[in-house]
Amino acid sequence: MRGVVRGLSSWEAVVVIALVVVVAVGALAIEGVASPRFWRFVSLEVIPIALIALPMTLVIITGEIDLSVASVLGLTCATMGQLWVWGVTSLPLLIAAALLLGALLGAVNGLFVTGFGLPSLAVTIGTLALYRGLAYVILGDRAVADYPPEWASAAIAPIPGLTIPWMIIVVAVLAAGFGVVLHATPIGRGLYAMGNNAEAARFTGISVRRTTFWLFVATGAMSALAGVFWTLRYASARADNGNGLELAVIAAVLLGGVSIFGGRGRLAGVLAAVLLLGTLRNALQLADVPANTLTIITGSLLIVSVVGPNVVVKLRARKDRSWQRGVPWRFSPR
Amino acid sequence: MVVLELRDVSKAFDAVQALRAVRLGLRAGEAHGLVGENGAGKSTLVKILAGAHPADEGALLMDGRALRLAGPADARAAGIAVIYQEPTLFPDLSVAENIFMSRQPLRGLRRIDARAMRARTTELFDRLGVPMDPDRPARGLSIADQQLVEIAKALAFDARVLVMDEPTAALSGPEVERLFAVVRALCEAGSAVLFVSHRFEEIFALCERVSVMRDGRLVSTDPAAEVTVAELVRRMVGREVAEMYPKAEASKGPPLLQVRGLSRRGAFTGVSLTVHAGEIVALAGLVGAGRSEVARAVFGVDRHDEGEVLVDGRRLRNGDTAAAIAAGLALVPEDRRQQGLVMELSVARNATLARRWSLARLGLLTGGAERRAARTWGERLRVRSAGPDEAVSALSGGNQQKVVLAKWLSTEPRVLIVDEPTRGIDVGTKAEVHRLLSELAGRGVAVLMISSELPEVLGMADRVLVMHEGRLVADIPRALAGEETVMLAATGHGGAG
Ligand SMILES: Nc1ncnc2c1ncn2[C@@H]1O[C@H](COP(=O)(O)OP(=O)(O)OP(=O)(O)O)[C@@H](O)[C@H]1O
Ligand SMILES: [Mg+2]
Repeated sequence: MRGVVRGLSSWEAVVVIALVVVVAVGALAIEGVASPRFWRFVSLEVIPIALIALPMTLVIITGEIDLSVASVLGLTCATMGQLWVWGVTSLPLLIAAALLLGALLGAVNGLFVTGFGLPSLAVTIGTLALYRGLAYVILGDRAVADYPPEWASAAIAPIPGLTIPWMIIVVAVLAAGFGVVLHATPIGRGLYAMGNNAEAARFTGISVRRTTFWLFVATGAMSALAGVFWTLRYASARADNGNGLELAVIAAVLLGGVSIFGGRGRLAGVLAAVLLLGTLRNALQLADVPANTLTIITGSLLIVSVVGPNVVVKLRARKDRSWQRGVPWRFSPR
Repeated sequence: MVVLELRDVSKAFDAVQALRAVRLGLRAGEAHGLVGENGAGKSTLVKILAGAHPADEGALLMDGRALRLAGPADARAAGIAVIYQEPTLFPDLSVAENIFMSRQPLRGLRRIDARAMRARTTELFDRLGVPMDPDRPARGLSIADQQLVEIAKALAFDARVLVMDEPTAALSGPEVERLFAVVRALCEAGSAVLFVSHRFEEIFALCERVSVMRDGRLVSTDPAAEVTVAELVRRMVGREVAEMYPKAEASKGPPLLQVRGLSRRGAFTGVSLTVHAGEIVALAGLVGAGRSEVARAVFGVDRHDEGEVLVDGRRLRNGDTAAAIAAGLALVPEDRRQQGLVMELSVARNATLARRWSLARLGLLTGGAERRAARTWGERLRVRSAGPDEAVSALSGGNQQKVVLAKWLSTEPRVLIVDEPTRGIDVGTKAEVHRLLSELAGRGVAVLMISSELPEVLGMADRVLVMHEGRLVADIPRALAGEETVMLAATGHGGAG
């Protein structure tokens, strides 16, 4: 209960309230936002972003970053396309190959960061270009678009009785998994320690390098999963699939209250922010707001997200103490 | 003549009243001691004199005139030099740059005169007897060396008022002596000095008057010659403190920790030592002798170049802290802020971080379990905080140290290495910590204790190992260990034992 109270007086609460406001205002002011079709569309839009945002949250909490996620997505799409062209027609096999490739690409990132001690920002800017380049090497300007149409309809099939695609359930299960690991396991405690003070984490026996490595592997695999969804949904593999998606992901993570300096943030806030950004973008598109304006709005939100949590944390620190001090925890000398 | 005076100064952090109407006058040419329990408000008072915190109420007077301090720069301009309890150096700047931060000597066109800066640093270090390269970066300095740099920083300009918050907490005898010589010279030149410490023998060696703080109040000020330690302690904690060094005889078991020929380039060479179950072995030596470095290599935080570490006869993997912990090792590190704690996290999180795996049920860890576990140890060590959810950064220095102790003692180690375990801890809790160590040894734990406080070494150890310039130079049994033998060995004059 105490956790809930505290959770609500935080930046995450601000994001959730913003989400509610956007939905309410959108439903009233913009024709179509209240319709089930709109929500189906928003869901399909946010699924890949959410999939990547889950591991990205953990990565940023440990004080690292992975900018190559969209390129991993693109490269898995391209590879799946090429495999299909070569005659691999088994969907499970294609998915397995994609996930393996994603994990491998993530491992390369992880190796450069932990093995050579390079900053993840620099490494993943490099692999952002490298992986995308490889995708172009594989597919060039071609598009592989002759997948069986059943695949697409299966991937985006709604939950019976609803319009929301069933993939949302997969995302929800994965989110619950990541949430538990981050907030309710010894591993999660270690991640926060690493992000705040890597040296103290080492003195506590936390293997900072090993943990970082596996986080990058997980990020690669999850980006590949997003790539699988992308391929199936659009029934099309192109080298530029998901171009620029990393910014949408990182914007959502930061807006969700995760500190870019590491050590702070919660998964619930990130999920709310993914939804908030997705809803906002689609609602504004529906209202015929030009693309440039959309970009400006997203950019401004990003700045708000970096400044905002700090302000809220400061305010909360004040409020928090006052109720904490109500029940003093002074240890009485024996 | 009173140089600096505090008049009814009060200060609160939210609901915690850290200072209540404190009155204190610092006289020219006099060193004034300040003692009090952990969390009594000493550092808060120091920070107000430094201009780092504004006072809520009350006034500061310098030479009888009101003094307004909007920030540390004002305090410095008024001639107040401050050594904070926790060193705050810029890790990427050189030692000399740190010392002359924001008041660098200049030459033409307002360029920084690096040569003058280095020369003056060298001169300062000579006075303090510190063998440190002025050009080396501050990163990686031991806590004692950081403290020496902070001391040099405060002495770099001729202060009218010198305020020192536990400057000696990590220093050993000779360094303290040299610091005191410099401070006495300052006093003779007419400066006023405020000296905060938990080491009474230092207070009495340096100070003419002593004040006691308790729960934010200044409860007494007396000439040092007219009070006894026992009296001060009673005023501080309001009760009698049990015996300071309750060392019980424990039967010596099998060797638990064996270190053989351990070397790490540039730090220590050929260190071999054995700690048996039930034994407390002290590792003594001067600042920079390499004691902490040995501890870190044994614990696997640093890799060693040669030699091996065995726990219970089983060899530990080089540089694998997790394996060391799994084998039953625990290390209370010297630097609580960098190595011991995650300052942004709560008391409960920090206190349970090292045993988070054993606290988890079915792999899941709840805040409730952490709070309960932290409470047990917090009460035992008398951690004073607003609650288990308070960030450790809001705790006083001594209370932070207690959280580090709780973090490692609660892992129930078989081999416990403590590096300056009572640094910054007040008398009452210190006795409790010593009792705990003795009790652990009684239960068959092997304890390796690094301490710069000679009375602690002599009072607690079954055996005293002495290091000098990276080598073990003496192994002295309790019966033969005395101030003189240990100090001689530490300064490189003892015969190998
Ligand atoms: N920044 C802060 N925020 C909240 N509370 C604080 C802060 N700094 C100090 N306090 C509280 O003020 C009280 C006095 O702390 P202070 O650091 O002055 O103690 P101290 O006498 O120096 O103790 P020690 O001997 O442990 O150094 C403590 O209860 C501490 O928790
Ligand atoms: Mg203090």
